[in-house]
Amino acid sequence: MSEERSAALSRKDFVSDQEVRWCPGCGDYSILAQTQKVLPSIGIPREKYVFVSGIGCSSRFPYYMNTYGFHTIHGRAPTVATGIKTANPDLSVWIATGDGDGLSIGGNHLLHTIRRNLGVKILLFNNRIYGLTKGQYSPTSGLGKRTRSSPMGSVDYPVHPCCFALAADGTFVARTIDSDTKHLAMVLERAARHEGTAFVEIYQNCVIFNDGAFDSVEKGDDRAVHLVDGEPIVFGANREKGIRRKDGALEVVTLGNGVGEEDLLVHREDEPDPGIAFHLARMDAPSFPVALGVLRSVRRPTYEEMVEEQIRRAREEKGPVDLDALLRGGECWEIK
Amino acid sequence: MERSAEQPKTRSGPIEEVEQVVIRFAGDSGDGMQLTGSQFTHTSAVIGNDISTLPDYPAEIRAPAGSLPGVSSFQIHFGSTDVQTPGDQPDVLVAMNPAALKVHLPDLPRNARVLVNTDAFTPQNLKKALYESNPLEDGSLADFQVVKIPITTLNAQALKESALPKKQTDRCKNFWALGLLYWLYDRPLEPTLDWIRGQFAGKAELAEANATALKAGFVYGEVGEVFTTHYKVRKASIEPGLYRKVSGNEALVLGCVAASLLADTPLLYASYPITPASDVLHGLARYKHLGVRTVQSEDEIAAMGIALGAAFAGHLGVTGTSGPGLALKGEMLGLAVMTELPVVVLDIQRAGPSTGLPTKTEQSDLLLGLFGRSGDSPVVVLAPATPADCFAIVIEAFRIAVKYMVPVVVLSDGYLGNGAEPWKLPRAADLPKIDVRHPNEPKGFMPYLRDPRTLARPWAVPGTPGFEHRIGGIEKADKSGNVNYDPANHQRMTELRLRKVEGIAGDIPEAAVEGPSQGDLLLLTWGSTYGAVSQAAKKARAMGRSVGHVHLRYLNPFPKNLGDVLRGYEKVLVPENNTGQLRFLIRSRYLIDAFGMNKVAGQPFKIREVLAKIEEFI
Ligand SMILES: Cc1ncc(C[n+]2csc(CCOP(=O)(O)OP(=O)(O)O)c2C)c(N)n1
Ligand code: SF4
Repeated sequence: MSEERSAALSRKDFVSDQEVRWCPGCGDYSILAQTQKVLPSIGIPREKYVFVSGIGCSSRFPYYMNTYGFHTIHGRAPTVATGIKTANPDLSVWIATGDGDGLSIGGNHLLHTIRRNLGVKILLFNNRIYGLTKGQYSPTSGLGKRTRSSPMGSVDYPVHPCCFALAADGTFVARTIDSDTKHLAMVLERAARHEGTAFVEIYQNCVIFNDGAFDSVEKGDDRAVHLVDGEPIVFGANREKGIRRKDGALEVVTLGNGVGEEDLLVHREDEPDPGIAFHLARMDAPSFPVALGVLRSVRRPTYEEMVEEQIRRAREEKGPVDLDALLRGGECWEIK
Repeated sequence: MERSAEQPKTRSGPIEEVEQVVIRFAGDSGDGMQLTGSQFTHTSAVIGNDISTLPDYPAEIRAPAGSLPGVSSFQIHFGSTDVQTPGDQPDVLVAMNPAALKVHLPDLPRNARVLVNTDAFTPQNLKKALYESNPLEDGSLADFQVVKIPITTLNAQALKESALPKKQTDRCKNFWALGLLYWLYDRPLEPTLDWIRGQFAGKAELAEANATALKAGFVYGEVGEVFTTHYKVRKASIEPGLYRKVSGNEALVLGCVAASLLADTPLLYASYPITPASDVLHGLARYKHLGVRTVQSEDEIAAMGIALGAAFAGHLGVTGTSGPGLALKGEMLGLAVMTELPVVVLDIQRAGPSTGLPTKTEQSDLLLGLFGRSGDSPVVVLAPATPADCFAIVIEAFRIAVKYMVPVVVLSDGYLGNGAEPWKLPRAADLPKIDVRHPNEPKGFMPYLRDPRTLARPWAVPGTPGFEHRIGGIEKADKSGNVNYDPANHQRMTELRLRKVEGIAGDIPEAAVEGPSQGDLLLLTWGSTYGAVSQAAKKARAMGRSVGHVHLRYLNPFPKNLGDVLRGYEKVLVPENNTGQLRFLIRSRYLIDAFGMNKVAGQPFKIREVLAKIEEFI
């Protein structure tokens, strides 16, 4: 019955009656729109979706989704999501978080959620700034970034969200950008179908406090490379450049002059060793293009699967017990 | 395993009858004193004594052997009359080494019996215990009846046939000592022999060695001519029924599982290890066959979030911790208040601010539990009175949480958590069912449309078609639950949340007085001080004093009649293991000039101390 309902779902079904209150032009709109567009095609009934968020502009996300939703507190969305998913693995649980929310105050929870391979989707809206608190530098802001709280430039080195996720042995790690709606939709759909933690870093433009942070990625053809599973990594306006492995590191090469596609690194999402994905995730201007797409996707038993399996096994081994038997489980004696 | 209480066989030699005895076993942390104590407890319970225990162990896992900080002890109070505390002072101290003697001697009354393992009084051990001369020889123990026994040697002799290495046979000496005390207090060996058989199943040599040591200690009592008399402690007149021994933490575990069965709703417990709450996590992790999910989270904040997420998802969400962890949970507990989800927080309090005294008891998180959050943030606060009461209180916590859609904080403490008492097992059929309701009519559903009687909002669970809704920490519009910043709405919602919790006073028992309902002095207590204060009050009444005692299991809301009860007495005294938190509440709430009796020594009250204080006040 719910399958039938889901078959008939459309984007409109996922739009809530709440007025969206992001600044006009904010990248969050695009992420919301693509999510609402992708979910009807996944085949999961609407009532099975739960969106959980922390605090920040991006964390308003659940209010705009006509599903179950929980807007929690700063940085802690993964904890509430863990409770929901562990209690009911049947639900499709999504976490919407910002770079400050997820990696500053909530870094610890993010780490543990990913390494447990809890079956949730984590959408990290990375605008490299604190939006809701009006423009302080965030853990992903570059060194030297001038903001209201760093008038002489930030002296904090930034964290690379995808490297963080890979270091936590994330089973699905991807990066996409708000302005490329097709790519965004593709990555969201892949995340939706992943079993285990799906970690998606979304470059998101904050028009008010960090406008144009990702212009270079969007504008220069050789500023981004789109990873495609099983294919050599090429980029540039005329696909004239590529990424090659050399001495354990990566290098950019120009094709021709004896260098062909066969010399390039072939992207493998399911490479068991996350080392290459880690190198790809770290690529950045000016020497490298930024990698967009699925950096890693491997299957491994999820946290909730293992929890359920233990419960199943315990039930099999110990059988049903009623309350009286439970209470008498210790050593008892009778007073007459 | 069930067994019926059997009377110990009569033994040779004169036997003297006593009503109550307090024994303290003390030794190095590696000496197995906790085990010895709990075996003695079990046996005493099985033969029908009333009991109460107090384990006391070092915070260090392996303090240097023989050192003063490494001393571990276990006190048991058993008797043929009502026993409610582990006892003020030991009648007998078993000291397995000089350090144990040194640490515990100050607690002994004159004439107490001190049993020492002379083998351990080597120059080296004396030095470790910072003794300048040997107390067994220098006359410093003249006030006590010292019984010197070379326990290590006697144990080794008993086990000389054993194929086990000496190091292992030496470790059986605690059973030897236990055997001797079984003789001295006329207890049967069978319960412990049974236990040894179960514990060392498949390790025949170990089982044999421990059993032999136990018997050897017993026989030594019979033939060793060290004691002229041995003692008999009759069965207490305990209500007939099936009993087991239970510690507060065990009772919390059973209470959680029982609540899940009574509510027919799965339970999820999330916790980060912390003394003295970890046992609850260990205990619940063993009930997977009843659908119990346990999550060992990355920290206490996460544990609270996980419990809250589970509650949102329709489970009984519960988390447990001790003081510092409760401090961390504050913000998330505030979210639970705002989202009005039924979540239970168990706080097994320990002593001190910050890390404090991790293994020592105190009841100083009352104000933290009540108020430790931003904003006006009412939660229900309950506290168990005794170890066994932890079972009932946790069921009550879930009943209230689910019925009123409100977070409930339960304040146990290290003393209740680790201490044990005999528990008359309730019958499942007599326990109250927990009525869980989820809405089933999507038409007109609003997440904050309240039940007019309880003011509870509906518990609509993700996965249910037609009830899709969003909640969160931002103020909710009355009824619709939408985000709302309207001043009048915030006023209304703040009042509604408060009224809901206050209204629960109509659904809990009124405060009951032990003793005269009007008089000179009322003792007002909460939590684990119950036993000592109740006994002291009884004694005072027996001496003709007009002393009433009210014990609170509900700290928010207070019982409806509390104000009237308090006003019935000339004076009100509030004994607490903190510097006056309940007194602070009582004074501000009822404008009564309540006095405090405040002990923060990491130790529970002694009956004697309370009695002295009563005398001072009357
Ligand atoms: C405990 C706590 N500390 C601080 C804040 C204030 N705060 C709200 S959002 C935010 C930063 C959000 O930045 P980010 O996660 O990057 O999200 P964005 O607003 O940019 O989407 C901060 C510091 C808070 N709400 N709670
Ligand atoms: S402040 Fe930035 S991130 Fe926040 S809504 Fe406005 S544009 Fe978006």
